[in-house]
Amino acid sequence: MKETPLSNCERRFLLRAIEEKKRLDGRQTYDYRNIRISFGTDYGCCIVELGKTRVLGQVSCELVSPKLNRATEGILFFNLELSQMAAPAFEPGRQSDLLVKLNRLLERCLRNSKCIDTESLCVVAGEKVWQIRVDLHLLNHDGNIIDAASIAAIVALCHFRRPDVSVQGDEVTLYTPEERDPVPLSIHHMPICVSFAFFQQGTYLLVDPNEREERVMDGLLVIAMNKHREICTIQSSGGIMLLKDQVLRCSKIAGVKVAEITELILKALENDQKVRKEGGKFGFAESIANQRITAFKMEKAPIDTSDVEEKAEEIIAEAEPPSEVVSTPVLWTPGTAQIGEGVENSWGDLEDSEKEDDEGGGDEAIILDSIKMDTGVEVSDIGSQEMVFHHVGQAGLELLTSDAPIILSDSEEEEMIILEPDKNPKKIRTQTTSAKQEKAPSKKPVKRRKKKRAAN
Amino acid sequence: MVTQSVRSARCRAEVIIAAARGVGAMEEEMHTDAKIRAEIGTGCSPRGPGCSLRHFACEQNLLSRPDGSASFLQGDTSVLAGVYGPAEVKVSKEIFNKATLEVILRPKIGLPGVAEKSRERLIRNTCEAVVLGTLHPRTSITVVLQVVSDAGSLLACCLNAACMALVDAGVPMRALFCGVTCALDSDGTLVLDPTSKQEKEARAVLTFALDSVERKLLMSSTKGLYSDSELQQCLAAAQAASQHVFRFYRESLQRRYSKS
Repeated sequence: MKETPLSNCERRFLLRAIEEKKRLDGRQTYDYRNIRISFGTDYGCCIVELGKTRVLGQVSCELVSPKLNRATEGILFFNLELSQMAAPAFEPGRQSDLLVKLNRLLERCLRNSKCIDTESLCVVAGEKVWQIRVDLHLLNHDGNIIDAASIAAIVALCHFRRPDVSVQGDEVTLYTPEERDPVPLSIHHMPICVSFAFFQQGTYLLVDPNEREERVMDGLLVIAMNKHREICTIQSSGGIMLLKDQVLRCSKIAGVKVAEITELILKALENDQKVRKEGGKFGFAESIANQRITAFKMEKAPIDTSDVEEKAEEIIAEAEPPSEVVSTPVLWTPGTAQIGEGVENSWGDLEDSEKEDDEGGGDEAIILDSIKMDTGVEVSDIGSQEMVFHHVGQAGLELLTSDAPIILSDSEEEEMIILEPDKNPKKIRTQTTSAKQEKAPSKKPVKRRKKKRAAN
Repeated sequence: MVTQSVRSARCRAEVIIAAARGVGAMEEEMHTDAKIRAEIGTGCSPRGPGCSLRHFACEQNLLSRPDGSASFLQGDTSVLAGVYGPAEVKVSKEIFNKATLEVILRPKIGLPGVAEKSRERLIRNTCEAVVLGTLHPRTSITVVLQVVSDAGSLLACCLNAACMALVDAGVPMRALFCGVTCALDSDGTLVLDPTSKQEKEARAVLTFALDSVERKLLMSSTKGLYSDSELQQCLAAAQAASQHVFRFYRESLQRRYSKS
């Protein structure tokens, strides 16, 4: 579906409001929307809601052989998908620019900053390492995808537990979750992206733009930072020109925001950890608020299936027996059998064009064949070759009349040329003696004939 | 379309019967009512342990962009559905007298493969039988499903989520539909709404889509070995279970739309 265009008055309204330091949802310039993090029952699964923007993250792991130039390091793989339910404009072919930009930014933020210790993912150097795969799905697009995605990725990675592995000499033992508790990943720091939207050529700035604000912004500055105030990635897009002190101011704001968000993440992880340890209920079912009018829960419901057997017997007794089994197969030749008659062939329309193709192939076969026969005739100079053509033509026709029956088709060609299509023209070429002269006339008549056809 | 599938259905292990206009291929066999005794603790099938459906939860209208959305949870299995429609359709895909229904199913990990395509087709056939597409010709209705967690009975959960999302979007339908999964283990015991462990150990897993008006069969997808009496038993059990699911739908919608 096409993106609904933003009307001019809406655009003007938003820009005027920003000039007066007002935002449509009542936030201040540097305020973030409410962040809500919920975890699923499997480790490594989380849903992050940044206002109404919703991202689902899942981490999974697999044992693979390492890359050749990094034999002792594990492999990290990130994939952000813009689901079609996130916005009507997200269609499979249409989102490539935005998708590439987001994926690249996410990779730079998480991979290049070395927040995950890849050396600890090595099991047997050069042979087996862990491949950690992070899949992020955008479920609802209400602006600022990159922030929500980076939070979801880091939360999922912190929440994930990989199976325990022990190496004794040459033996590697992989324990299932039941045998030994799975082990968390070793994470050095938590980089989080903070987005700044600029308006009116850098005069006004907003933190955490929502979807409407993103549509009217001039440019976007994304700073990925961790709580130790280390910048992991910085990217400015949209072609705005920023002053040095603007960028420094943004990085200071980012530092404050990242500290708040990191605290929130750690608290959420701790809560989940506590609930799991105490044996309480965890998972998405618990995160659905009971008070919401749009949510409803039902406890385990027993179903009485005691009369199921009787009913089934009744039905079978009343039902007609299945129709006669299909007849035995008919054997045409060894290796070819037929069962039943099949449906009527609906490919009748294509048969004519197939015939034409055969004619083309057969055409070549005839010409070369007749040339082979005519080598007795002198083919020394080019002048006489023309005569050879006509000879060939007649000889070709003679060949025809003597051989296969002529089938008249509706094609525009005057020459009726149907021969056994199994004669391989290539074979014939190799049989003819090498002279180039023979090959040249063999090409020319083909061209000539084709020209005749075109004229017709 | 219906008759063709009936002919080929007998030969294949995976049976897909799509009903057009609400008339199931096995209609003559479905005129039985399932009576449910609501007492907790009455025995189930005499052969096996009590059959029960897992804990259900549903939340509607949770996403702001799609026209309708629903999240359906069955035990630990959770599916999120979003519906866009009736909306603009590409000229290449438009149908002159009815709406083009499209279903997209995305797995949680990895790229979608053939299994997802096959499930999309099953869900689309079920929805097409129920949605009144002729009221919105030359439009498209898109149902997008995202698997949030898979712990058994995934196809049934997808069907339920799709139905709730279509209701939330206000798409006109002639009936509601629900999905129920049964598993038959090696001694023939019937288990409703199996977990992934039960599905793996089962001899056969059968999923049925039933409609709400007369609990007729809209779609069935089966995997494994079973006799025809077992099929009828599973179907009857699924009909009994669908009563519960439809009651759950009704209560959740009542909660949402009632004034008290």
